[in-house]
Amino acid sequence: MAARIQLLKTALEAALGARIVSLTEALGELALVVKPEDYAAVANALHDTPSLRFEQLIDLCGVDYSQYGDRHWNAARFAVVAQLLSVAHNWRLRLKVFVPDDEFPVVESVTGVWASAGWYEREAFDLYGIMFSGHADLRRILTDYGFIGHPFRKDFPISGNVEMRYDPEQKRVIYEPVSIEPREVTPRIIREEAFGELRPRK
Amino acid sequence: MAEIRNYTMNLGPQHPAAHGVLRLVLELDGEVIMRADPHIGMLHRATEKLAETKTWLQALPYMDRLDYMSMMANEHAYCLAVERLLGIEVPVRAQYIRVMFDEITRLLNHLLWIGAHGLDLGAMTMFIYAFREREDLFDMYEAVSGARMHAAYYRPGGVYRDLPDSMPRYDVSRHRSARTAGKLNENRLGSMLDFVEDFTNRFPRCVDDYETLLTDNRIWKQRTVGIGVVPPEMALNLGFTGAMLRGSGVEWDLRRKQPYAVYDRLDFDIPVGVNGDCYDRYLVRVEEMRQSNRIIKQCVKWLRENPGPVITDNHKVAPPSRVEMKSNMEELIHHFKLFTEGMHVPEGEAYAAIEHPKGEFGIYVISDGANMPYRMKIRAPGFAHLSSLGYMAKGHMLADAVAIIGTLDIVFGEIDR
Repeated sequence: MAARIQLLKTALEAALGARIVSLTEALGELALVVKPEDYAAVANALHDTPSLRFEQLIDLCGVDYSQYGDRHWNAARFAVVAQLLSVAHNWRLRLKVFVPDDEFPVVESVTGVWASAGWYEREAFDLYGIMFSGHADLRRILTDYGFIGHPFRKDFPISGNVEMRYDPEQKRVIYEPVSIEPREVTPRIIREEAFGELRPRK
Repeated sequence: MAEIRNYTMNLGPQHPAAHGVLRLVLELDGEVIMRADPHIGMLHRATEKLAETKTWLQALPYMDRLDYMSMMANEHAYCLAVERLLGIEVPVRAQYIRVMFDEITRLLNHLLWIGAHGLDLGAMTMFIYAFREREDLFDMYEAVSGARMHAAYYRPGGVYRDLPDSMPRYDVSRHRSARTAGKLNENRLGSMLDFVEDFTNRFPRCVDDYETLLTDNRIWKQRTVGIGVVPPEMALNLGFTGAMLRGSGVEWDLRRKQPYAVYDRLDFDIPVGVNGDCYDRYLVRVEEMRQSNRIIKQCVKWLRENPGPVITDNHKVAPPSRVEMKSNMEELIHHFKLFTEGMHVPEGEAYAAIEHPKGEFGIYVISDGANMPYRMKIRAPGFAHLSSLGYMAKGHMLADAVAIIGTLDIVFGEIDR
């Protein structure tokens, strides 16, 4: 498997050249980071170049890095991560792009390259509020009709903002601010020292 | 000349053929579907967000509730992702147990699919037949984990405990005579592996029964042949995986192409379709059931001959035994820390995919070194399959939409997450 990753690495470097921001191999997986302005062109190249041929977009998701780790995160807040698969060459690649502008994140859509991106981009828009320019049908997908906010952002509370009940007086379903107190069952802890005999922290 | 116009029809979210909570907005020209727009999210529980506030171990039982028709397969993907980040080795026996239960799960899923698909298209008997066999498979789940569906049996580092030496038996009661109970207990007198072996010996004949009912059935063929045809290049572009992709003639199976656990040591064949229609996908899944049965047989044979540990002995990841915990101070601390603070997973990201009964099920996790995931993304095969419903249903009759929904093998637990 390691030899195949090396092969893919060489093919990527030949095909993309200067458009690679970083190309890292970790845990037997290859991750490619590109600049947002190159994202659509790189997606096209990954799909069309015969030596790469990523015919399938397996997955695409948004990530909110604002509370990552115990240090202050001062790079772009949102990222779009796509998992690509080539059936012809039997290899995988993770394509990552950090989206500029934390207030109004926009990145180009890859629906023209892979049809399966349609719903995945709708999901990333719904849950993270990342816009995809060129997407033909960017509606909410998982949340309720008329939902306000982007629930997977790290500043969105786990219990939500509103709750719903049937009001017998008004004879309809109404929305109210949540009545549940937020509680933390297990606190989030990051330990500095290497843990057990496991892989050490980088 | 009469005025002709398209009209819009709503199907679901509560419809027996919608396989859960699918709302379908159909634009019809007479009885022909012009546009199909699935509305999903009725079962959205934000599993991925919940996992961000739970320890790595507490997130595991959520996996059962994703695709609630193939519970242990979901756990397998999660465990593989966490194990890759941790960099730990899983004992071989645990890997064989996992493969055996993955295949039992595949049978569970395909049996439900064939039953429900048959029911949708008017073959009532299929449902009853398929559920008869599912009952035995659920008993296997129950014997190892105590739960018939939501097992939480796989753990990062192995499986929770070894296979039991005995199967639970039927009791004599007011409603069950000694003779009936004895008959029901006939194959439950030995160990769990004996029970599994007995099942694998009679299961091929059950599949023959299903095929007698459907494969050459004229009504079945009229409802499925030539319906929902997807050419191979389109199947790839739409993100199809698993039986949906193989039905279109693309030979792609992660168990063979990117083997995980011990699939590279087992002997099985990959069925591939030709025409990419509902009938071919039916044939592929039926053949997959036969192949799964073969794999289970090989696992039973290996598991009988090779006893050994079933979970890693690294107590930062897996709990120590009760005896060790009660006699050794250090193990007591391990146990306490593991179940309060949880394990810490080194910083990094990993994507682990398995050949789930429905297609490629993947877990993408980002860890920042904390005791809970920073981000977890579940790649559900049904999500990509359902997104292509508009493409597949276009130009077909309204009744064919039901056949297409059936062939997609969708379960809303995983699509809505």
